[in-house]
Amino acid sequence: MRDRGLIWSGLALFLAFLTLPVWHNLSAHVTAKGPEPVLPKTQKQCVAPVEFMKSSHMSLLLDWRDSALREGSRDYTTADGRHYQISLTSTCLTECHGAKADFCDRCHTYAAVSPPCWDCHLDRSPR
Amino acid sequence: MKISRQTFLQMGLRMSGVAALAAAAKRVVAAVSKTRWAMAVDTAACARQPNCTKCIAACHQAHNVPTIPDPRHEIRWIAKVTFDQAFRGQEDEYSPLRAAPAMVLCNHCDDPACVRVCPTQATFKREDGIVAMDFHRCIGCRYCMAACPYGSRSFNWSDPRPYIHNPIPEFPTRTKGVVEKCSFCSERLGAGRPPACVESCPEKALVFGNVADPGSPIRQLLGARRHIRRKPEAGTGPEVYYIV
Repeated sequence: MRDRGLIWSGLALFLAFLTLPVWHNLSAHVTAKGPEPVLPKTQKQCVAPVEFMKSSHMSLLLDWRDSALREGSRDYTTADGRHYQISLTSTCLTECHGAKADFCDRCHTYAAVSPPCWDCHLDRSPR
Repeated sequence: MKISRQTFLQMGLRMSGVAALAAAAKRVVAAVSKTRWAMAVDTAACARQPNCTKCIAACHQAHNVPTIPDPRHEIRWIAKVTFDQAFRGQEDEYSPLRAAPAMVLCNHCDDPACVRVCPTQATFKREDGIVAMDFHRCIGCRYCMAACPYGSRSFNWSDPRPYIHNPIPEFPTRTKGVVEKCSFCSERLGAGRPPACVESCPEKALVFGNVADPGSPIRQLLGARRHIRRKPEAGTGPEVYYIV
């Protein structure tokens, strides 16, 4: 039993190494909270149900793109009969979501995705 | 049920007959309700103000076109050039058109060479004759620039945003590696407004309209006045007319 000190310190080192992610998260203030996009104040209903928008807004935006550019139709009718002008900046941002930094970027940063929309389309706030 | 070879062939013939009829009906409908956007430039009216650049300013403002000082990287949707640059091959030495610079833009050709060569169909021809671009699809190969007989296209060699001084948020900018050109203001036409250059011209020298409609002002103008087009011999059918 002369190696008792060596064994205990080895065990302690091993445990510290094993729990390293926990300590790292604690020190970096990582929480289990999801992204918190700023929701529109005036509008209650998006162009489609919230669940659909959460999962498939990218497909909807691609359909909008094809409709506006290829078919020349810039009017979108929702399932419940409301009409919207097809425009990322003039409709999505201006009518409801305000600045992209408060809405789009919150989830995109959280999910570590960088869609190229904003390479061309302009945010409302001047750069 | 057993199908004999004869009935099978007859069925095939009938089906192709129906398809041909449907295609013919579609063509008839398209011919009846046809729109063909075109522009006429009253060169005498334009020449009254040889230093005016209001159409260029209005277009470039409306579409977030960058102002790049380096002429090799310049982006132009609409420009004023000399007679020799605009009407190459027209050797009329004493033409009245020589008096002032000519206003040039995309000719929105009937048979556009740029559309033919585009490998991604980023440039395409709409039903109403506008040669439109889907910037999302442009891969920057510049085939269209080589194909266009008029030099109507520009390429973004660098990020254009630093050169756009007052961007309007309603219209997107472009990115590095994308070709761009005049769109006949398809986004404004969709909202029932005339193109930005037409609206801004102080001399009303630009006449925009539907040449498929014999009663339209542009058709009456073209019917009454002599006019030329740029490089008609290229066979692309340019739709910008210069009234002499």
